[in-house]
Amino acid sequence: MVMSKELEKRSGVKTNSLTVIQAINNGLQTMLELDNDILLLGEDIGKNGGVFRATDGLQQKFGDHRVIDTPLSEAGFVGTAVGMALNGLKPVVEIQFLGFIYPALEQIATHVTRTRTRTLGHYHIPMVIRAPYGAGVRSPEIHSDSVEALFTHLPGIKVVCPSNAYDAKGLLIAAVEDPDPVLFLEPMRLYRGQREEVPMNAYRIELGKGKTLQAGEDVTILAWGAMLPIVEAAVEEMKQYQISCDVIDLRTLYPLDKEIIAGSVQKTGRVVIVHEGHETGGVGSEIISIINDTSFLFLKAPIEKVTGFDVPVPLFALENDYLPTKERVSKAIKQVYEF
Amino acid sequence: MKERYPLFQIMNKNGELLDHAYETEITVDQVKSFYYHMLRIRTYDQKGVALQRQGRIGTYVPFAGQEAAQVGSALALADKDWMFPTYRDHGASLTFGADLDRMLLHWNGRIEGCLPSREKHIMAASIPIATHLPHAAGAAMAETYKGTKNAAIAYFGDGATSEGDFHEGINIASVFKAPVVFFNQNNGFAISLPVNKQMNSQTIAQKAEAYDIPGKRVDGMDIFAVHFAVKEALERARLGEGPTLIEAVTVRFGAHTTADDPSKYRDQEEINRVREEIDPVLRLEKYMKHYNIWDGDWAATITNEIKAEIDEAIQRMESYQKPNAADMFDYVFEKPTWTIEKQKESIISTGRQS
Ligand SMILES: Cc1ncc(C[n+]2csc(CCOP(=O)(O)OP(=O)(O)O)c2C)c(N)n1
Ligand SMILES: [Mg+2]
Repeated sequence: MVMSKELEKRSGVKTNSLTVIQAINNGLQTMLELDNDILLLGEDIGKNGGVFRATDGLQQKFGDHRVIDTPLSEAGFVGTAVGMALNGLKPVVEIQFLGFIYPALEQIATHVTRTRTRTLGHYHIPMVIRAPYGAGVRSPEIHSDSVEALFTHLPGIKVVCPSNAYDAKGLLIAAVEDPDPVLFLEPMRLYRGQREEVPMNAYRIELGKGKTLQAGEDVTILAWGAMLPIVEAAVEEMKQYQISCDVIDLRTLYPLDKEIIAGSVQKTGRVVIVHEGHETGGVGSEIISIINDTSFLFLKAPIEKVTGFDVPVPLFALENDYLPTKERVSKAIKQVYEF
Repeated sequence: MKERYPLFQIMNKNGELLDHAYETEITVDQVKSFYYHMLRIRTYDQKGVALQRQGRIGTYVPFAGQEAAQVGSALALADKDWMFPTYRDHGASLTFGADLDRMLLHWNGRIEGCLPSREKHIMAASIPIATHLPHAAGAAMAETYKGTKNAAIAYFGDGATSEGDFHEGINIASVFKAPVVFFNQNNGFAISLPVNKQMNSQTIAQKAEAYDIPGKRVDGMDIFAVHFAVKEALERARLGEGPTLIEAVTVRFGAHTTADDPSKYRDQEEINRVREEIDPVLRLEKYMKHYNIWDGDWAATITNEIKAEIDEAIQRMESYQKPNAADMFDYVFEKPTWTIEKQKESIISTGRQS
């Protein structure tokens, strides 16, 4: 991002051109250096450096007491991380793919998210759960699930999803420092795409804040993670029709950035929401509820959603038909514009 | 514990019988069938790796090294038994009667590959680790409930023993004396994690003690040992004596999947060096030569037959009708709900967009 190059000049902080996965690796390294209470747990994260190499080199650098290869046991190591957090540590756990988080769901729903409440604030769980997620990389069955809404629905955990390398590091550090549990979703499709200038120091991006990627007047587009490149391609196409779009990367899915949503919708009056998770009960429906509460009288057209369908994410032969496409997004933009 | 669970072997590395108790049970036809099936699944496996390299299929999961474990166990099953395999057990599925075309379509991301057979009870390979162990217990209990003598077998790896579902599945099966065989293939690794970091126990077989069921540790490179251990466990099951845990000690010769680089976490060169010496297919070949039942012409004939069978199936896979985007809506419910109807309609009206 140009901004960070300028930042390097202004602040004298060194930057490197990194992919999303490298930025996550760098963010983890930065935090391991800063705080001895932070440790990493997960399957194949040590010697192997993680199946996507998110933790590459970290066990060599920080030792196997801080970068821990756990047995194949999601309920076990998430529960263990709860115990560590109760006792003052700050575990960052990796779930190998979001589709394999389900064995840990009990720990998350009954302990990770509730400990602060049920101990009247005496204990809290400063844990980060990282999980690669999403379709579009020809993964085997179950590896492509996009179930962020299961977690935005659970009280007591924040849900974050970066769409680029700069945000990935800044959001990750903010998540690690957050005193409460955070689910950190990493769109697999973006892991090795674009590179960006990423500062080598510890910087934070506030959780709960979206970002305007492109300012426009006619249509608000709300999306996150791997949907943004698709949105941007559709928005580019819309320029030939003189349709200008306000593109917002929400970045945090719980709590949602009510102000950025309302501000944009009150400007444009037309909204398209794009997400890859299933339509029913998806985060998109929650966004519509925020628009209803904040901006109902500003709307000029019914809100359009472009989402995954109410079907299990298909095997890869059909995954691109499941995923929102540029064509589906373009069609929705035209529909709200021409209404 | 290792002494309490000695490695059960029937033939040694050189293909010579160690345990003559089984001599009369081993027939020439059976040995030939073992060899044929191991050769068949090995050919399939080599094709799988090659097709992935050529970009003709997606990620492939190789099982080379585990042929004796998969064939020896699958051929112990009776027609009506239930098989619950993992993503690495397509060798066992094919041997038990899975449809070759479907087993290939699976690697092309086709949902057709999730139903290995319409005739045999072979479940879709379980991808979330250990989740199918309780299913095997339940399917077996249903057979008991119906008054049959049919049994079930669940396949799983060393890593799977760390999941709760492993314990819950075996515990329930042991309480209800379900006719099920828990067939573990201990190939030494769960992706990068060696088995000594997976568990503190020295064997997997010993975990049976916690449930008071028999546990047996067998040489997974010895197809006779695997076969007769599974057969005896199935006999126990059919007699109403409950589940057995079998640990077949084996080696994963290759990568975890074609997306994995084993040199990151183990001495792959060393495995390549010892591979031939411990190869389960070669061991049976040595046995056949040692006991004068090896027939070079026969071996050449089946090699060619198998190649032709698999090449033809690959052609069918590659010319298989293209998937239709609307198909993804068809089997979520018996009758689609209105949201699914609406979504399906939207895809049909806009046409295929990818
Ligand atoms: C619940 C769950 N967690 C993680 C994974 C990712 N994963 C796939 S295979 C595997 C290792 C399995 O090892 P093992 O049980 O020994 O079987 P093997 O692959 O060696 O046959 C892991 C961690 C998964 N599939 N399911
Ligand atoms: Mg294993």
